[in-house]
Amino acid sequence: MASVEFANVRKSFGTHPVIKGVDIEIADGEFVILVGPSGCGKSTLLRMLAGLENISAGEIKIGGKVVNNLAPKERDIAMVFQNYALYPHMTVADNMAFSLKLKGAPKSEVDKRVKPAAEILGLSPLLDRFPRQLSGGQRQRVAMGRAIVRDPQVFLFDEPLSNLDAKLRVAMRAEIKELHQRLKTTTVYVTHDQIEAMTMADKIVVMHDGLVEQIGAPLELYDQPANLFVASFIGSPAMNMIKGKLDPNDGQKFTTEKGIVLPVVKAPESAKGRALIYGLRPEHMTIANGGIPAEVVVIEPTGSETQMIMRVGGDLITGVFHQRISAKPGETVGLSIHAEATYLFDAETGKRLA
Amino acid sequence: MTMTTTAKQPLAFGNIARSNTAVGLFFMLPAAVFLLCFLTYPLGLGVWLGFTDTTIGREGIFIGLENYEALARDSVFWMAVYNTIFYTLIASILKFGLGLWLALILNEHLPFKSFFRAIILLPWVVPTVLSALAFWWIYDAQFSIISWSLMKLGWIHSPINFLGDPNNARASVIAANVWRGIPFVAISLLAGLQTIPQSLHEAASLDGATGWQRFRFITLPMLTPIIAVVMTFSVLFTFTDFQLIYVLTKGGPVNATHLMATLSFQRGIPGGQLGEGAAIAVAMIPFLLASILFSFFGLQRRKWQQGGQD
Repeated sequence: MASVEFANVRKSFGTHPVIKGVDIEIADGEFVILVGPSGCGKSTLLRMLAGLENISAGEIKIGGKVVNNLAPKERDIAMVFQNYALYPHMTVADNMAFSLKLKGAPKSEVDKRVKPAAEILGLSPLLDRFPRQLSGGQRQRVAMGRAIVRDPQVFLFDEPLSNLDAKLRVAMRAEIKELHQRLKTTTVYVTHDQIEAMTMADKIVVMHDGLVEQIGAPLELYDQPANLFVASFIGSPAMNMIKGKLDPNDGQKFTTEKGIVLPVVKAPESAKGRALIYGLRPEHMTIANGGIPAEVVVIEPTGSETQMIMRVGGDLITGVFHQRISAKPGETVGLSIHAEATYLFDAETGKRLA
Repeated sequence: MTMTTTAKQPLAFGNIARSNTAVGLFFMLPAAVFLLCFLTYPLGLGVWLGFTDTTIGREGIFIGLENYEALARDSVFWMAVYNTIFYTLIASILKFGLGLWLALILNEHLPFKSFFRAIILLPWVVPTVLSALAFWWIYDAQFSIISWSLMKLGWIHSPINFLGDPNNARASVIAANVWRGIPFVAISLLAGLQTIPQSLHEAASLDGATGWQRFRFITLPMLTPIIAVVMTFSVLFTFTDFQLIYVLTKGGPVNATHLMATLSFQRGIPGGQLGEGAAIAVAMIPFLLASILFSFFGLQRRKWQQGGQD
């Protein structure tokens, strides 16, 4: 097990920069998730850590040792690929034992490592099968088994769940998290799915366009997003963003472009007079008589909660309510906003002001 | 009642039209006629001629295995059999080795990759007779460019007798055949190499495999099905080779480069002994069948390719 450090890491494909100076510190045993939309450079960063892509500038350290010029096999890391990359001509057991066989480990040693790993992952009855004879979830487990057998310093996961169906994904999510709690190996995990990031990570690195937007614990990112990008990326359904300005006389009132007044608790002086964006999470509002009038557009009941898209002034707002709603589309309801849970962002820079 | 009878007849026709088997057979008819006329009939005629003493201009009679008995005592025939096996074996090994090597190189990230891939195909697209004529000049006793170059370099003092010495002639025709056959092997294996996902190589290198180990444990096993197909075809082409030999040596010197195909032609057409020529051609069938059977077992889906889908 080891810590991992990225120091001002850059990467260009030709003249096109993909990673534009990334600093991340990952402590020993931490489960870190790199998350961001596709094309943000998260997979490239992971492949650079694995040694599959070279580094244009900066340093990557594993366990305090600079690995920039080390070949992948000298880095003592194991990686789970998006398409699993199982060797199709080898049985499950041979797939898992491949790295040991390359090292020339004796059969007894191979058995000693493969059997417990297979046991942990529930693969024991499948050891003689070939990858083609396995389901998606089983292949996924074999890929993890191959990594576990290595007992590496760092586990790398490259969007490992994106080829699985929704139900299996939730189950594997829990399995991977449990595996990490059991093995406590430093893990770097790449995904574009913010729910995966929120549910599994000790620490999330939000990336966008080759840069780190924010690093923090899942709830930290949820509660205190540094900017508009993080605010809109973390949380599902996404945060509502409404353009407008603060009332010049009353710092506790936000006026939208259509003249609707929304509540604010603590607006800093600097926010006054600027073009602002008002951030409101769908879960921070309730239906109440005498609230802000909102016209119901769509109602989506899911059982435990109800999602509702409403028109407030000219803006569409999504709300999530833990109550059954009897309103019909076209009707008007009263909306009560939890002012203490709202955000203000600078419309130009995207930075959070409050 | 009349209603039912009139309705019944179109129904019967409709049944035939709707029967998949009948329609299928109907559509297979043109291909079947084509195969019967141009494949089955000549093959059958060849086999039949092998049992007769037909010569050009005279209808032969059935003489049973006499042609084969004569061939069994014919040292030139056995020389041709030996030559054919030797030629096929050496040329196929060289084509496989060099072709695989070329495919591996072309599979790397090279500058002008597509240009090289196109160039590689040239020997294969040039008509055999043309390239054989070019080789004829290259191997010429007096004007050979190889001899000339080596003499200019001072390595040899007199021209090499490429096609006049039995062993030189064998080596020369094999070299020409290898040159012509490499593109097919290289391009087919390259196509096979490109079906191996890059992530397998990445996974293997993370697992600690060296370049040689990746080739030995990933590339080669995953390529075997394609190697089996390609080499079967290559062996069949080489075993039945005719044009190259006929242009370069006509089987000489002293039958040293006579293959079964060239001997069959020589005895049958210029020599006029159609029956004997056919018998020699028919004698190739067991060898070809053996190589097809070999590939049939080689081609069978391996256990790891069975079950499930990707």
